[in-house]
Amino acid sequence: MAELRSSASAHAAQVLRYYFYYSMAPILELRKLVKHFPGQQAVREISLVIPRGSFFSLLGPSGCGKTTTLRLIAGFEQPTSGDVLLNGEIVNQRQPYERNVSTVFQNYALFPHLTARANVEFGLKRHRATDIGRRVREVLELVGLTGKETRRPAQLSGGERQRVALARSLVLQPDVLLLDEPLAALDPKLRKQMRVELKALQRRAGVTFLLVTHDQEEALSMSDHLAVMNEGRIEQVGSPEDVYLRPRSRFVAGFLGAVNWIAGAGIRPEAVRLLPVGQAGYPLGPPANLFRSEIASGDATPDRRAPGVVTGSVFLGDCVQVLVRLHSGEDTVAQLPRRAALFQPGDAVQFTWSAADEMTFP
Amino acid sequence: MKLRTWFLLPAWLSLVLLFAVPFAIVLAYSFLTRGVYGGIELPWTAESYRRLFDPLYLAILWRSFAMALAATALCLLLAFPAALFISRAARHKNLYLQLVMLPFWTSFLVRTYAWIFLLRDTGLFNTALQALGITHGPLPLLYNDGAVLLGLVYGYLPFMVLPIYATLERLDPALVEAAADLGAHPMTTVWRIVVPLSRPGIVAGSVLVFIPCLGAYLTPDLLGGGRTVMVGNLVQNQFTTARDWPFGAAVSIALMALVALVLVVFLRRQSEPLA
Repeated sequence: MAELRSSASAHAAQVLRYYFYYSMAPILELRKLVKHFPGQQAVREISLVIPRGSFFSLLGPSGCGKTTTLRLIAGFEQPTSGDVLLNGEIVNQRQPYERNVSTVFQNYALFPHLTARANVEFGLKRHRATDIGRRVREVLELVGLTGKETRRPAQLSGGERQRVALARSLVLQPDVLLLDEPLAALDPKLRKQMRVELKALQRRAGVTFLLVTHDQEEALSMSDHLAVMNEGRIEQVGSPEDVYLRPRSRFVAGFLGAVNWIAGAGIRPEAVRLLPVGQAGYPLGPPANLFRSEIASGDATPDRRAPGVVTGSVFLGDCVQVLVRLHSGEDTVAQLPRRAALFQPGDAVQFTWSAADEMTFP
Repeated sequence: MKLRTWFLLPAWLSLVLLFAVPFAIVLAYSFLTRGVYGGIELPWTAESYRRLFDPLYLAILWRSFAMALAATALCLLLAFPAALFISRAARHKNLYLQLVMLPFWTSFLVRTYAWIFLLRDTGLFNTALQALGITHGPLPLLYNDGAVLLGLVYGYLPFMVLPIYATLERLDPALVEAAADLGAHPMTTVWRIVVPLSRPGIVAGSVLVFIPCLGAYLTPDLLGGGRTVMVGNLVQNQFTTARDWPFGAAVSIALMALVALVLVVFLRRQSEPLA
């Protein structure tokens, strides 16, 4: 009887621990993670919590330590100090094949001698899975590769290869899917399409995605949360809106988009209005080229202004960037709708913006 | 003549003079009758080829084939891990490669003789074994099949290491990481990913080892002590002691046919679509 009771309580404890791990503990946590290479501090103490089921991005310029961080999580590198926790457990000592994470490599690293199906089966076979046939069929359907099972990687297009790489990892139902610049190898048009698909796939699969990228558009458009990294440290963590609209440092502001720096304050080009100054042929007052960006924050009245001269313009299809040299010496950019192309080099303008759109840093 | 023709001329000339003409001579000899004191005489005959099917000679051909195959397999077993180690070495890669090629600095003949001094009854190994009290009396290390096999493996090992190393060097390290990432134990990764992808190097190395082993003459002569007759020794014997040039020529042609057959099989396998 006592035995029965103790086994029951042991079971209860196990159930409790299960619920603790699977509901309370974040799926992935980095604690004061540090990685030194000879002559280089790649990662200088990173602490991060990745929420379960989220699409999380590490964004930063090349050499900022984002790929090293990913490799530390995958187990390809050992941390100099600090911990990697998966489901609340420290996994520092585990080999890559003992961690329930999976990586989609930058160039996909598909096995060239195996067919698409054999690539996807590879991990299942290593884990001695039972219903391999069904799981492979389901995951190929999930990524939209049905009918291409018998092709070798060389016979697949770039987009299809990426789907194989995704399927190969997703079929293992990893705790976290690590994606290392997964769109970098695709051509620009396909890249934009795959952003949408990748995001949708993450929702359908319900797997936590951790994406590494240097492309701020990519990170902003796909992520639920993102961390901006610089020189081995995290500069800011937050939602895309947070990080874009309320950058915490000059670096973050500059990395997420173009910024005009005027007397210490940062103004995004799309928050600028250009007013023509008293020259014949131009309407004075609120002109047709008024443009409010999506970052309209409350009061949209352009209450700040600086005089300048147009030095040129760049036609970008959906908008025009007008280059303005302020009288105070700064070279600035205003992003305007296409019809504003009537500014000519040499035109005197008022460069105006709203104080609410200013980004200032201590 | 065009410049292109001039540039190709030396290659063509050497091919014709050093290969095609001698081959034609050997082929012609093989269909002639043996002279009383060596040399060749008319009439034309296929008698030498008929004699090839004598069980005695078939056995020698088979034996050479088996020895060459065993030497190739042993080379592969030794060379693959070595090549893998060198290709994955973080440092001193060039040093290791130099070490693999170090034996080429001296003549093959001298190196084979050196083995005699190591293996003979009063050689280094036997002396050492007896001095350490492991054996009482010399082991028969020299003048047997084992010694010949050892000599062949020793002599041709670099030809296996280098091509395998070349393919492993080009192997994307991300593939190995990907396999580990998908749950493969390192040994599984080697067997399922690294070995299949280094097949071109394995095939090239095997051809480079197998063919010279098949026709090996020096190694069986020196280390086999005349007891281990391989097809190379048979040819030599027919042209010298036995004074049967037509039969020696026929054996040569048979050897070439065997090599050509092996090459066709190997190369057809290699040309299978891979990537």
